[in-house]
Amino acid sequence: MAIIDLVINRRLSLAALPPDWPGNNYWWHWLFFTIVLIAFVLVMVMGAIYIERRAMGRMQSRLGPNRTGPFGLLQPVADAVKVMLKENIVPDNADKIVHWLAPVIAFAPVLMIFAVVPFQNGALLADLNIGILYIVAISSISTVGVFMAGWSSGNKYSLLGAMRNVAAVVSYEIPLVLSIVGVVLVAGSMSLNTIVLKQDIPFILLQPLGFLIFFAAACAEINRSPFDLMEADSEIVAGFHTEYSGMKFAMFYLVEYAEAIAMSAIITTIFLGGWRGPLLPPWLWFIVKTFIVFFVMVWTRTTLPRVRIDQLMALAWKFLFPLALINLFVTAVQVLVWPDALPWTAVYINIAIMIILIFLWSRFFKLGWGRVEI
Amino acid sequence: MTTTQEMTLNTEPFVVNIGPVHPSTHGVFRMRCKLDGEVVIDIEPVFGYLHRGIEKLAEERTYTGFIPLTDRLDYISPMSNNLGYCLAVEKLAGIKVPERAEYIRVIMAELQRLANHCVAVGSMLNDAGAYFTPFMYTFRERERIIDLFDMVCGQRLTYNYMRIGGVSQDIPAEFLPALEKVVKRLTKFLKEYERLLKQNEILLARAKGVGILSKELAINCGISGPVARASGIKWDLRKADPYSIYDRFEFDIPTGENGDCYDRYRVRIEEMTQSLRIIEQASKQIPGGPIKADLPHIIYPPAGEVYAHIEAPKGELGFYIVSDNSIAPYRCHVRPTSLINLAALRQMVKGWKIADLILIFGSIDITMGEVDR
Repeated sequence: MAIIDLVINRRLSLAALPPDWPGNNYWWHWLFFTIVLIAFVLVMVMGAIYIERRAMGRMQSRLGPNRTGPFGLLQPVADAVKVMLKENIVPDNADKIVHWLAPVIAFAPVLMIFAVVPFQNGALLADLNIGILYIVAISSISTVGVFMAGWSSGNKYSLLGAMRNVAAVVSYEIPLVLSIVGVVLVAGSMSLNTIVLKQDIPFILLQPLGFLIFFAAACAEINRSPFDLMEADSEIVAGFHTEYSGMKFAMFYLVEYAEAIAMSAIITTIFLGGWRGPLLPPWLWFIVKTFIVFFVMVWTRTTLPRVRIDQLMALAWKFLFPLALINLFVTAVQVLVWPDALPWTAVYINIAIMIILIFLWSRFFKLGWGRVEI
Repeated sequence: MTTTQEMTLNTEPFVVNIGPVHPSTHGVFRMRCKLDGEVVIDIEPVFGYLHRGIEKLAEERTYTGFIPLTDRLDYISPMSNNLGYCLAVEKLAGIKVPERAEYIRVIMAELQRLANHCVAVGSMLNDAGAYFTPFMYTFRERERIIDLFDMVCGQRLTYNYMRIGGVSQDIPAEFLPALEKVVKRLTKFLKEYERLLKQNEILLARAKGVGILSKELAINCGISGPVARASGIKWDLRKADPYSIYDRFEFDIPTGENGDCYDRYRVRIEEMTQSLRIIEQASKQIPGGPIKADLPHIIYPPAGEVYAHIEAPKGELGFYIVSDNSIAPYRCHVRPTSLINLAALRQMVKGWKIADLILIFGSIDITMGEVDR
């Protein structure tokens, strides 16, 4: 990571995005950050796999993988090698081209998300002034890949998984975006770098309700437990990737963890103050915070049972959506009252509002127990 | 009106085979499900993938020689199967079992109930989607119980421990202290487990009111065990028709009210507490003395027929034996708990979603070894 410092301190005279782009070092910047991003995502995914497997092992009162390397640190490598050596099996009645294309289409957008995530002040591939819109737009594309996988496999489990995934993503996109809008109102910008710079008070305190809604919606978007319906192993075997093996399966495996890391990175950036923090270098803060968010996801996965598809929908439309609207309204009023920056008073007000709202709403809200009469 | 009918799309149900190779069919059960989207319209259970002809094999073996095969019936709770079979043969031949052996048998049967319910509850929650955590926790505790079985008979899965007229070997000196430790540990564990899951919002949403089995239907289908008790039927053979020495112990029969998946889960947890109570009493009262009646190696029970039943962890397990005064049973029929408990599955799952189907199926708690025999 020393090389990032070199870049940031402009010793190699590579600025984040020169004002006169495409200018002097435009292509250098692109090349450098593309390589860094791919390496970063792969390494983070390996870390995530290691953390998930070890932490889950400890939480489930077993050891977890500990045979490969010290503390099982090489387990992700062993996983990768194993999966790549597997035979590539394509079912007979599969739509071959779509089946081949699906993992690629699912994987590319996840890498693209990282283009706008700042690792350090100004250290990002493209400081888009519509960064958040870009993320929302790009992150939905991998759903297309997942649906292609489910459809082209010619397997009924895969199709069910793919249908569930599309339904979940379409519903959860709305609370997800609405909860981000609150942040955008407070920060007054859609650029992620600016959002980080504005977080003198981390937005998790200023937007506690927004954070919870975003976290739940993000878990549903990327199919982490308790919303992992599309790959519900006890119901539909492995969901959309039932018929995948070898390298193509590895791609989906990669997508799963890269998405989780991407969502953790976004949560870190827009709610937890991104790279900001005392003592440690900024990029380290960023990585540490990302892994903390990821750890919380692992934690919920080991603790909670899975919800049913209609309950998933009910949660999105009856619980998260109205709360996100109210949160947006409250934030808008607060921004009108304090036009410069929200003071600490707003933190107490918002936390109180969050507790009251969640308490009241959950009294009226019931996860439906519907049985269809036949 | 006719125009709208012309406009409707021609749809057909989506048929999915769940099983025989599927992560949560508890073995090789197969359900042909007709689905309308996510909703189960109808299922057609198919079984027989694990048929080994155990009942027929009994006719080829001596009475004692059949005991190892009973282990393979319900391989989650072999001790109970042993007990059921031995009771049947003893009833047939009129054999009196020594006191100490009776106590050892009760302790083993109740430990087996604990071990079975550990598996049942854990795998049901696994079916509900709790990613292996409750499962691993219950299996950790089951392992302690298995250690105890290992101590008495050297086996960890198919024990082959009980004999006609007693048990195969006496419990070692270190067994009772170890048992006490396990009982303490399990009491603590049950509290911890309750704290984790009793009021879990998602579990309540998933299991409460789902897969209701009415009292009438349960009785009509001959369903027994925790599944029947969850529907509010206070029927436990340990109280209703006490066998062995169960009339000497104090315990309650926990029952549910609604007969839904959540009640079945609750009943199993409560039963574990009651089993611990029985074990505590039995380990205090256990007398010395012989552990096996004085019998020849090969017995020739008088001609006749007998039916003996016990409250196995999954419900009423019965053995029907016809003897023609030879070394082998003329006919041995097993009343399989798991198979009969599956009788109402179709009515229970109709109209629920696939996720519920898996959960309801898991909450019945079957073992394929017993369904197919």
